Amino acid sequence: MFRLEARTSTPAWFNLVLPFLAIVVTLILCSGLIAVAGAGVIEAYGVMLSASLGDSYAITETLVRAAPMIFTGLAVAIAFRAKFWNIGAEGQLLAGAVASCAVGAIPMPGYLAMLLMALVGAAAGAIVALVPATLRVKFKVDDVVSSLLLNSVIYYALMALIEGPWKDTFSGYPISPPIEDSANFPVLIEGTRLHIGVIVALIAAPLCWFLIARTTLGFQIRVTGENPEAARYGGINVQRVLLSTALLSGALAGLAGVGEVGGVHFQVMSDISPGYGYSGIVVAMLARLNPLGAVPAALFLAAVMTGAEAMSRATGVPAFLSDVIQGTALLAMLVALLFTAYRIRRVGAPS
Amino acid sequence: MSAVFEQIFQVGFLAAIIRIATPLAFATLGEMFSERAGVLNLGIEGIMLLSAMAGFTAANLSGSLWLGVLAAVLVGALMGALHALFTVALGLSQHVCGIGVTLFSSGLAYFLYRLIFGQQSVPPSIDGFKPVPIPLLSDIPILGPAVFNQFTLVYLAILAIPLAAFVLYRTPWGLSVRMVGENPRAADSAGVSVIATRFQAVILGGALMGLAGAFLTMAQFNAFTFGVVSGRGWVAIALVVFGRWDPWRSAGAALLFAFVDALQLRMQASGLGHIPYEAFLMLPFIFTIAAMAFMSRNAVAPSALLKPFRREER
Repeated sequence: MFRLEARTSTPAWFNLVLPFLAIVVTLILCSGLIAVAGAGVIEAYGVMLSASLGDSYAITETLVRAAPMIFTGLAVAIAFRAKFWNIGAEGQLLAGAVASCAVGAIPMPGYLAMLLMALVGAAAGAIVALVPATLRVKFKVDDVVSSLLLNSVIYYALMALIEGPWKDTFSGYPISPPIEDSANFPVLIEGTRLHIGVIVALIAAPLCWFLIARTTLGFQIRVTGENPEAARYGGINVQRVLLSTALLSGALAGLAGVGEVGGVHFQVMSDISPGYGYSGIVVAMLARLNPLGAVPAALFLAAVMTGAEAMSRATGVPAFLSDVIQGTALLAMLVALLFTAYRIRRVGAPS
Repeated sequence: MSAVFEQIFQVGFLAAIIRIATPLAFATLGEMFSERAGVLNLGIEGIMLLSAMAGFTAANLSGSLWLGVLAAVLVGALMGALHALFTVALGLSQHVCGIGVTLFSSGLAYFLYRLIFGQQSVPPSIDGFKPVPIPLLSDIPILGPAVFNQFTLVYLAILAIPLAAFVLYRTPWGLSVRMVGENPRAADSAGVSVIATRFQAVILGGALMGLAGAFLTMAQFNAFTFGVVSGRGWVAIALVVFGRWDPWRSAGAALLFAFVDALQLRMQASGLGHIPYEAFLMLPFIFTIAAMAFMSRNAVAPSALLKPFRREER
């Protein structure tokens, strides 16, 4: 007989093994879909791997794609730490993109423009995130639902801009005017798209880790999430912590949008984000809400996305496989997390 | 200005409200059953999308619309079972599992649709459901053509509301659902299987979400697009709160939302051309958020919502 037994503590190596296990299970499960599509599983995954990590150019492409998901992953991880259920990273990203695009189109010295784009973009994301947090604190509105609904509102606002005042009068396409050339983020390696925003994302992860693990605000965020009653008893202003968390989370998601405008697209269009905000939830869960883990988790999803397109071209398997992989990975990770709460024990001798 | 209003409140306006409300009513009732049993189902958006795709595909390939509806309901129930497996049997976070189910179902819907139909310049469509006038009732002025000259699925939705209320408030099973959602410990002591009842409620909820998806691709649009659901699932979750977890009120909330949505569609079409149409598209969402702010302070959710049940934990 086996039974589940509650665990009191988990060994540290679980943090590495569980996401790895979840990813392996995910890839095995999704190989079924590749087979259904009539392609060779080994071949398809092989193409994905070589197209995303096979050579130095592929690696830079994967890094470029990972940057927005590092930011949204950090945004979600910090929010979820406080049990502020911010599912609105997508809308916050779009707000950051629109705001930074507006700033970037103003002629001014390049470095000033980039700095202002980051500041204004982060502020825009923070303001959007403040809405569900305020509604929760003041009106007890469920933050999941309001942040989700807000994503649609922001998306339509973006569409109104690019089909209205921002519309390209020359081509008639619904795309915003480009930002100034001087505001384009510098490229680090000639001939690639690896821009400075990727480095900022990679630095943001340890900074967020420091904030959560080593600062007073981080402590308050953790206590508020784990035990709001104890937090209140301990003199923490839970409502204020939730609002601060929302500002921080929204600012990070906003920066994801800034990077896409300043470093990748240089303008705003309707499909500027292929769901990076939602991917942030997958990243955060794979990282076990640890900011440091957001980097490898985002790199994995980025590799899957970059690889899926090449795989689709080579084998005809729809590139939407990457969406299925994301959803499956999230669910697999949740199941894997059971091992942190329980262990399987043999009970009694089999007779 | 009066010409604008005349254009808005035509005879067809009422019919449009009913049509918009139908998928929302199915989805809202589905989410309500799930939540009354104590399980928030954020998978609703993805479940509706996958059901819409499955229904459309089955109808397109078989030529039978009702086979399509059946496929959509079965897929919805199956995805409900998946959500229940994670949240009820394994007791995992309902928030995150729901998002996981939505991401997974949406991804699967996109993947399978592209696999089956490829990338066609003209998206495939079907000959969808046609309105079926009900004799005598459809002759009532104004109300008749609007309410009683509709798709069969609309009538089904209208019947589903009292039926849901009856099941929830007047049957032993409905009592079990309410008990496991309010006080699972007491339900367990009374001999009600908390796990089984929650599974059943979430599966029933999924099946209703499947009907909502079926309506979108087989009656409303007669085609499947990636944006066919576009937030209707999230709206349904808000409507359950707005409807205070009651079938009648939830259906009323769906009708109210449909009114706002139909109104914005009319305003788009009418002479208010200088306002971008996206402003109108936003309107129902802003309305929903505002309504929640207005209602949530006094809303009392099922006590055991979001709380997994494990027998051994006391």
